[in-house]
Amino acid sequence: MSEKIKFKIDGKEFLADPQESIWDVAKKNDIDIPHLCYSPEPGYRADGNCRACMVEIKGERTLAASCIRKPTEGMEVTVNSSRAEKSRSMVFELLVSDQPEKEKSPDPDSKFWNWSEKMGVSASRFPSKDKIEIDRSHKAMSVNLDACINCNLCVRACREVQVNDVIGMAYRGSTAKVIFDLDDPMGESTCVACGECVQACPTGALMESSLVNHEGTRVNYADKVVESVCPYCGVGCQTEVSVKDEKIIKVDGKNGPANENRLCVKGRFGFDYINHDGRITKPLVRKKDSPKQWDIRIDDKNIYDHFEETTWENALDIAANGLNKTLEEEGPKGLAGFGSAKCSNEEAYLFQKLVRVGFGSNNVDHCTRLCHASSVAALFEGLKSGAVSAPFNAATVADCIIVIGARPTENHPVAATYLKRASKRGSKLIVMDPRKQGLTKYADHHLQFKPGTDVAMLNAMLHTIVEEKLYDEQYVQGQTEGFEQLKESIKDFSPEKMESICGIDANTLKDVARIYAKSEKSIIFWGMGVSQHVHGTDNARCLIALALSTGQVGREGTGLHPLRGQNNVQGASDAGLIPWMYPDYLVVDGEVNQNSYEKFWNKKMDPKRGLTVVEIINAIHDDQIKSMYIMGENPAMSDPDQEHARKALAKLDHLVVQDIFLTETAWFADVVLPSSAHAEKTGTYTNTNRTVQMGRQVVSPPGDARQDWWITQAIAQRMGLDWSYLHPRDVFKEMCQIMESLKNITWERLENENAITYPCEAPDSSGSEYIFRESFPTANGRGKIVPARLIPPAELPDDDFPLILTTGRLLEHWHTGSMTRRATVLDHIEPEAIVSMNRWDMKRMDIDAGDHVHVKTKRGSIVIKVRSDKEIPEGMVFIPFCFAEAAANVLTNPQLDPYGKIPEFKFSAANVEKVSSAIN
Amino acid sequence: MEKNTKKIHPGSGRRNALTFNKGRQTDDQSINELKNLIPSDYFRQRDMLIECLHLIQDSYKCLKPKYLSALAELTNLPLTEIYETASFYAHFDIFKDDDVNPAEVTIRVCDSLTCEMYGCQSLQKDLTDSFKNDESIRVVRAPCMGRCHQAPVVEVGKRHLTKANLSKVKELISSNETKPIIPAYTDYQSYIKSGGYSLLKECLDNKKKPMDLIEEMEKSGLRGLGGAGFPTGKKWRFVRAESQPRLMAINGDEGEPGTFKDHHYLTRDPHRFLEGMLIAAWVVEATDVYIYMRDEYPDVIKFLKKEIKILEENNLNIKTRIHLRRGAGAYICGEESSMLESLEGKRGLPRHKPPFPSQVGLFGRPTLIHNIETVFWVREILEKGAVWFNSHGLNNRSGLRTFSVSGRIKNPGIKLAPAGITIRQLIDEYCGGMQDNHSFKAYLPGGASGGILPASMDNVPLDFDTLQEHGCFIGSAAIVVLSDQDKMGDIAKNLMFFFHDESCGQCTPCRNGTEKALKLMNQKSWDVELLKELSSAMMDASICGLGQAAPNPMLSVIKHFPNEVTN
Repeated sequence: MSEKIKFKIDGKEFLADPQESIWDVAKKNDIDIPHLCYSPEPGYRADGNCRACMVEIKGERTLAASCIRKPTEGMEVTVNSSRAEKSRSMVFELLVSDQPEKEKSPDPDSKFWNWSEKMGVSASRFPSKDKIEIDRSHKAMSVNLDACINCNLCVRACREVQVNDVIGMAYRGSTAKVIFDLDDPMGESTCVACGECVQACPTGALMESSLVNHEGTRVNYADKVVESVCPYCGVGCQTEVSVKDEKIIKVDGKNGPANENRLCVKGRFGFDYINHDGRITKPLVRKKDSPKQWDIRIDDKNIYDHFEETTWENALDIAANGLNKTLEEEGPKGLAGFGSAKCSNEEAYLFQKLVRVGFGSNNVDHCTRLCHASSVAALFEGLKSGAVSAPFNAATVADCIIVIGARPTENHPVAATYLKRASKRGSKLIVMDPRKQGLTKYADHHLQFKPGTDVAMLNAMLHTIVEEKLYDEQYVQGQTEGFEQLKESIKDFSPEKMESICGIDANTLKDVARIYAKSEKSIIFWGMGVSQHVHGTDNARCLIALALSTGQVGREGTGLHPLRGQNNVQGASDAGLIPWMYPDYLVVDGEVNQNSYEKFWNKKMDPKRGLTVVEIINAIHDDQIKSMYIMGENPAMSDPDQEHARKALAKLDHLVVQDIFLTETAWFADVVLPSSAHAEKTGTYTNTNRTVQMGRQVVSPPGDARQDWWITQAIAQRMGLDWSYLHPRDVFKEMCQIMESLKNITWERLENENAITYPCEAPDSSGSEYIFRESFPTANGRGKIVPARLIPPAELPDDDFPLILTTGRLLEHWHTGSMTRRATVLDHIEPEAIVSMNRWDMKRMDIDAGDHVHVKTKRGSIVIKVRSDKEIPEGMVFIPFCFAEAAANVLTNPQLDPYGKIPEFKFSAANVEKVSSAIN
Repeated sequence: MEKNTKKIHPGSGRRNALTFNKGRQTDDQSINELKNLIPSDYFRQRDMLIECLHLIQDSYKCLKPKYLSALAELTNLPLTEIYETASFYAHFDIFKDDDVNPAEVTIRVCDSLTCEMYGCQSLQKDLTDSFKNDESIRVVRAPCMGRCHQAPVVEVGKRHLTKANLSKVKELISSNETKPIIPAYTDYQSYIKSGGYSLLKECLDNKKKPMDLIEEMEKSGLRGLGGAGFPTGKKWRFVRAESQPRLMAINGDEGEPGTFKDHHYLTRDPHRFLEGMLIAAWVVEATDVYIYMRDEYPDVIKFLKKEIKILEENNLNIKTRIHLRRGAGAYICGEESSMLESLEGKRGLPRHKPPFPSQVGLFGRPTLIHNIETVFWVREILEKGAVWFNSHGLNNRSGLRTFSVSGRIKNPGIKLAPAGITIRQLIDEYCGGMQDNHSFKAYLPGGASGGILPASMDNVPLDFDTLQEHGCFIGSAAIVVLSDQDKMGDIAKNLMFFFHDESCGQCTPCRNGTEKALKLMNQKSWDVELLKELSSAMMDASICGLGQAAPNPMLSVIKHFPNEVTN
């Protein structure tokens, strides 16, 4: 405990902590001091510029800003002196004089107007300044600098809190103004629309466009505000959702452990997909005369050519009858189910239970197979746990941060803020990615290695660590096994030898190895760039070897963190949506586990491992699987080699799809069951940090759409199971009974606390951020180092296909785009399919930005518009996989990693040709 | 309509995708031009941003977005940070890419107080009219150029023209003389011959003890001559007690209207300044010293560069690296913490105190900051002793004071006089009395911010601490003498315009206060009560001295010349 400082406010004695300002202490003790440029929210530094919080300090010539001034021993502060009060009022009067009238101002309910009302300063005796035009260039936000008080909060929001570096304060004196980039319109700037500025603005000068009328005045106010969690990526940002007339009108960031009020463009502005015209609101059955052709295209408009509406009773009967029929004719092996990492823990649990107990097999999987399966395979092999060892917030205290094969500024934007902030604070940030990216600017090193040569690069680092004895001898001896084998196998991988393979010079490889090994606290983050390769497991093995050999795991600020892509990919895996694992990762082919689940579910279990996502598609082609139940997944878009996948779906005897839209997968369905969107249901979700969080229902599902858990139960009941859950909490309760990981976590706690991280050691603890502190959950408690060898990508460029195609996401679009492309703002920013190319490649091929090209691989060909992208190296092209009209997965290679069974989405040989005639 | 003709995903089609990354694009040509123009090590130093911008401005006569974008890419700085800095300083002209090319020559007409008294307004009008059809020339106003004793002043390109008139300017333009004139100063050789640098050498050879020098300076009572008046020896002692590495910064941003003493000394005896600076740096063991020189003194910048090189060749800076940096036209950078920000390549916003620069200064390091004149005195005081310095003085004050005197006197200029001298003595004994047909009415004892005193108060000793009780201060000892021909309301407006124009804009009382005060002062008659109320808040609540002092001249006029507050 550091020493308290004793001082006085208005004659009364108070104690302050050393980091507390006068304002903080006053606030804590219910002394209200006005404040505009100061925000007590996390991440906001006091700037002391508005001078609304001036106080008198005995013995000082001038007044002091209480927000930035720290008390010293014996200081005598006066808040209520007339001198201080006059100053504060004058500041408000000066500001009021340049404001639009309150009723016409962008936000009559702003902090500014609320304070000025409290102070009794609503009019001004001063002449006002000239009006400034509203900047409406951005779809999501309007900029009305007439209401700006130059408080600089938006600058701090953009630069220090989110570290996007777009907003600045330019010019000087009374002409000083908020700018974007080079004083460009917001919509034409590099703004990534995280909206932090809007959330921070105390006057409404920066406002959500959804709240204001044409004159730029706020007209929309919430009837209620619901605390929930974001539906998109694995970061798990907590939200405050404002609802008016049963419609979401805005989303704010809440101070959750993963986001501390921050959100990204998707979480803040991507909420209206649930109101899209394309929502299915009645159960649909396929018309008898609608053939299932693999290349069929159904959109929201011609839907009734293929489907007809029916009652829930009828739809559920048809759904269950089809499944029952296959079960009778083919046995359990004829059925399979895809759950979803977008659904809640309870829904995932029920889904896998239905497959295991109702279908009688383990043929249940979900899209983690396409994401981190190889990472999980390597983590299980080495550490017997697939979860992250440390939260991404650990970056806050790390000295060295490696980010490999991940583009968090696009895919985990809020997690990226922690990395960028760490870099600004002075941590060494090392980015490894063949493409430049949002973190490059903040990186000490960006290793733009040749695609697919991860193992060569990482082994070279391990070589340096071994050669220069940078490993942690004590840790290696006490906590690991396999180091001697690593030492042996690494001999062939000297940096000098690897530099020509991976394209990074030997000295840099050594430097980076030294920084990682020698730093007090180093942490590794990785994403799909590591996992989506035929050597994905090997890539992850190298990362584990780096951490284990140097002891950079199990301590604060250290660890291994595979960044999870979907909001509940961790939870869905925990809940058992894995073909060879029951909930909590108990393998299905172990007798002990089988027995315990047989007892718990009171049903004989199939001891055989089930099939994975891509294997299920193949099994359909092989006439083995005849019927499927797909909940919230979109394999017609997300699986590699799309033609192959769609042909399989079209071939099924019976397909039940449960979703909120008529997805590309639903085009092949016999029955489509309209379910509820994230905001329309209650459930728990587990983020990438292992934090279980409460998502609450905000609005009702539209029309006759039902909640997913209810639909799954209704099918289960029609398959002879006596389920009678009344609410997700009943399901969660059941999960807690069997899942060790949920120990000390209850539904009631989550309702009260919103977030609890597992493992959680006590009923009053918020959980353990770090694991592997003492040992690993392996049989001997040691982490196993497994050496990796060089395996080339499955398909290398040649004369016919000279380019390397890689796929991934865009900031604005999530996964297959089924939600984000129906969200107005997100669609507005990224409205159509693009292929990113290097400008030198374009020059050589005589392609201009905006031209259309054919992109071909051995699997297929698409036509797509070209974006000249500064981040792409020569010889590479990038296509986001969210665009149905030019789907990247027509092109991708379904070759699998042998351990994780994950396809090689990140590497295909491709050819690009300019389309001769213009396409409109 | 378009929606239905496109066969596309239901969620799309309202708009075309960007065909480049978000935001502005950089072009290769601009990148290559900048690579040729700017030394590559500048790109890696955040603090060199202003120098980079200078090189671009000097070369293209303006800053176009394509170069700012290219600079952002080369320096790895956000566009917005570059724009913030570029738009803050008056000497950078931001153009649009498709704007017509900037004028070849910029004529800046000084409109600070003395120049206004000497007719700069009509001169500017004449110049504007006379060159209005010439696209290669533009005429703009500018704040004080530090040559007030030779008002009015005009800068043609980088050539300063004193006692300027239309024909003089035309002559310069036609002969295309736009480079600064280098004055005949005491160069290195002559300085050495007269015993220069022997004191520094003794220090470097450890023949002197830092603590002895500190004591001597403390005894001399020399105070900071930039205006704040902090005791020099004490400052050395404080900084030396801070943790290493320590830095030093020289404030050569002599922008206070009416002040021209630093320019005077620099253009005559620059090595005396450099030696004093290096002795101070040696005392506090500063690894680096940054000289922040205002861009209005291009002559000084030019020859200092040369003379510093000679110092380096003669190993006189072995303990301290010397960095010479150019300001870019911002009065606020004379405020020490703003200067630090500017030296770091940022907008010149004053920092909050505490912490003080002696603890957390340049680049976060403890920093000794001195005005030029302060270190100029170091050699003489240490050679002749504190007693010598203290033997001067009048009216119970001690030491010597360099007065920059301008206005309605016969012989304006630099007057080295005993501290504590009165304005009456100064006018009569040093300035040859009032000009013919002018009778003494009032005076500014300390530049624009030091307030105004009426002629009736001609017996106040001019020194630190003697003027406070009259609502004034001596600051940099810039005396402007006013006569019966000067309208006090106009004087106050000129000064308020200056503060409004030079306010950094950081805090509300100064940013909005100067703007509102100016508006009120331009109304038919001043709302005296409101102005007084506003002044209290500005003085109490502004972050730095600019806002705190901005109301001084206005209040002085209200107090001493209540009949002159109407327009």
